[in-house]
Amino acid sequence: MSPTLQLFLIVSAALFCIGLLAALSRRHAIFILIGIEMMLAGANLNFIAFWRFSSEPHQPTGVMIAIFSIAIAAAEAAVGLALVISVYRHYRTTNVDQLDQLKG
Amino acid sequence: MNSGIVTNLWLIPAIPLAASLAILSLANSRRKSAAALAVIGQVAALTSSIVAFLPTLETPGFRASQNLTWFTFGEQPLRIGWVLDPLAAAMLLMIALVGLCIFVFSVGYMADDKNFTRFFAYLSFFSGAMLGVVIANSLLLLFVFWELVGLASYLLIGFWIERPSAAAAAKKAFITTRIGDMGFFLGILWLYGRSGTLLFYDHGSGCLESAGLAMLGTSATFIALLIFCGAVGKSGQFPLHVWLPDAMEGPTPVSALIHAATMVAAGVFLVARVYPLFSLGAINGVTPSLTVVVWIGVTTALMAALIAIAQADIKRILAYSTVSQLGLMMVSLGVGGVAAGIMHLLAHGFFKALLFLGAGSVIHGCHHEQDIRKMGSLRRLMPVTFLTYAVGMMALSGVPLFFSGGWTKEEILHATAHWPKSQVPYYLILAGVILTALYMTRQIIYVFFGNPRAASEHAHESPRVMTMPLIALAFCAIFFTVVLTPAWPWLHTYLTGDPALHFDSGRLIQPVFFVSLVLVTAGIGLGVLMYRRAGLQNRHRPAKTDPLEYAQPTLFHFLENKMWLDELYDRTVVAFAVVSSRVSDWMDRYFWDGLVRAFGGLGQLLGIFTTDLDERGISAGVDETTIGTRRIGRVVSGWHSGQIQTYLGVVAIGMLALLLLYAWLA
Repeated sequence: MSPTLQLFLIVSAALFCIGLLAALSRRHAIFILIGIEMMLAGANLNFIAFWRFSSEPHQPTGVMIAIFSIAIAAAEAAVGLALVISVYRHYRTTNVDQLDQLKG
Repeated sequence: MNSGIVTNLWLIPAIPLAASLAILSLANSRRKSAAALAVIGQVAALTSSIVAFLPTLETPGFRASQNLTWFTFGEQPLRIGWVLDPLAAAMLLMIALVGLCIFVFSVGYMADDKNFTRFFAYLSFFSGAMLGVVIANSLLLLFVFWELVGLASYLLIGFWIERPSAAAAAKKAFITTRIGDMGFFLGILWLYGRSGTLLFYDHGSGCLESAGLAMLGTSATFIALLIFCGAVGKSGQFPLHVWLPDAMEGPTPVSALIHAATMVAAGVFLVARVYPLFSLGAINGVTPSLTVVVWIGVTTALMAALIAIAQADIKRILAYSTVSQLGLMMVSLGVGGVAAGIMHLLAHGFFKALLFLGAGSVIHGCHHEQDIRKMGSLRRLMPVTFLTYAVGMMALSGVPLFFSGGWTKEEILHATAHWPKSQVPYYLILAGVILTALYMTRQIIYVFFGNPRAASEHAHESPRVMTMPLIALAFCAIFFTVVLTPAWPWLHTYLTGDPALHFDSGRLIQPVFFVSLVLVTAGIGLGVLMYRRAGLQNRHRPAKTDPLEYAQPTLFHFLENKMWLDELYDRTVVAFAVVSSRVSDWMDRYFWDGLVRAFGGLGQLLGIFTTDLDERGISAGVDETTIGTRRIGRVVSGWHSGQIQTYLGVVAIGMLALLLLYAWLA
């Protein structure tokens, strides 16, 4: 069976959903970050899949977008982890349930 | 059959990596299965290494590679692969065998540790990553495994993460090697830009074969030097050696693995692997890049040997001796003795693993005391450890005739003496050989001879699971000699690919043999003279002063503090990073923030002017609206739980609703 576009889309949708589930259900801020990274990975896989099955797979456009997006994800992870550390220093917890200062 | 072996070569690193994953999925309490899985994985890797070793024996200079396309980037396919040649096969055997001994030893050494399973998962991972480095036929694949080795060393050095010093040492090792890897990566990019391929051997068009090399031209020197940066970081060469002695914070089997079979061997191996890049355009065997390798190696070898004399921690002395021996190997590679350098790497793998495991046994027996000044007289209490340690010590010092280290060191001396560019490295290395014998004699006198001191009174011999690997490694260190002597230089011809020579006892004694003999005797004799008394004095407390400290206090403190290099880096590199982060903090806080505030102030000013208009004309109408808005606001603010995950959930539901709407409309 040769891989089809649908197959890749299913995998990427699955990745996205798993990431979303993690981001929604985990209580630890770092696991939420991991979930977000997985959602990003799913989106990247979509980019690559659509590029690979497009009419011009020889132009490395999809890969370039994915590489940019990976670089941005790396920067985001760095910022996110720094935020987690400073949140921890401030509140002495990384449990997002207890961080409800925005409560209206 | 041979082609089948080459196509399945990837299994060798894959087996320990798979074992590592399997162990990670085990529960923390299943200690026996974890150890069994790790050892079985390593035995399987050793068996397949032996199978892979056999075809390389048949033809001199055997080389076979298997390449495949990883992915296609536009028009450019990115290809990776693996290669089997004498260099890879010999390294595979050494890593798998030494690794196995260390794994078995760890079963005893780590028996009481609460994270026993995690430890074996990391060990298997480490071993698998290193086996991958050895068989990689693409610089990119090599780099991937290279970084995995770095990650594994980080995890293992910081294994006792609850100790702040271990966490700091792990971080230091990771960051220091990363500095070198930055250069390595730039070198890879440059090489790819010039030659368009990262495969080493590809039926004539790889980057180490003549066609690929011809495309490089003069840039080969810079590429080679950039790649050498990676080797400097990994193999603990000056000026990036500072992480290696700190890496002693890890458990002792890890130190043995890092210092003998994996990690530091990777740097020397890398230089040997891409040697054609270094020697491109050589005149008389000398190129600018090789000259740099020689001088870095000489500096490292001598500096580390000097520092080792003034250390008191049993593992730290061995750590500096590793740095020094790695420098020696680099010199050998630089002067053109590639085979000699690799032979010393292989022999060093055996006897340094032996020494580290012996040190582990001593530490285990002395209830985790590492200060050699508190030991003494252990030869009576730990006879097996003493005998095997003595074998390792003599191999490291380079005692000729029966010990592998002696012969390989002679080869290196021989190669260095014939370097056309300068004789200085040769004489400096001779000094290094004396120093090596001296500090090893010092260590062995303090630990095993003399009178018992504080830590050695309740010492005991280690269990059999720990002494058996020691005995095995001691036998390796001695019997490895058979293939090293000039009388039957089998390993040398095997590595260089020359046809094998027949046994001829007339070649056994070369002039350099006597040089080596004299130097080692001088070193050991000097050691016995200097430290004989130190071992006897101070029955129940640590020897207060070292004889050298007594005679030359300033020099001793200079060496004891590692030539103040850590402090120098602290004051320069680290201080620079701290200052620049302060500057950017200040910029952010005052400059950019100031700009923002200035704009805000402008807005406020405007606001003051328009207040009047607002209050008189528009306010009245707005007030009514405000009351309404407030009511709505109160309702809406009730929805704000402050729980970030609720918000995210609502966003997700909204997105889903939009998607459904879209699907319905279409």
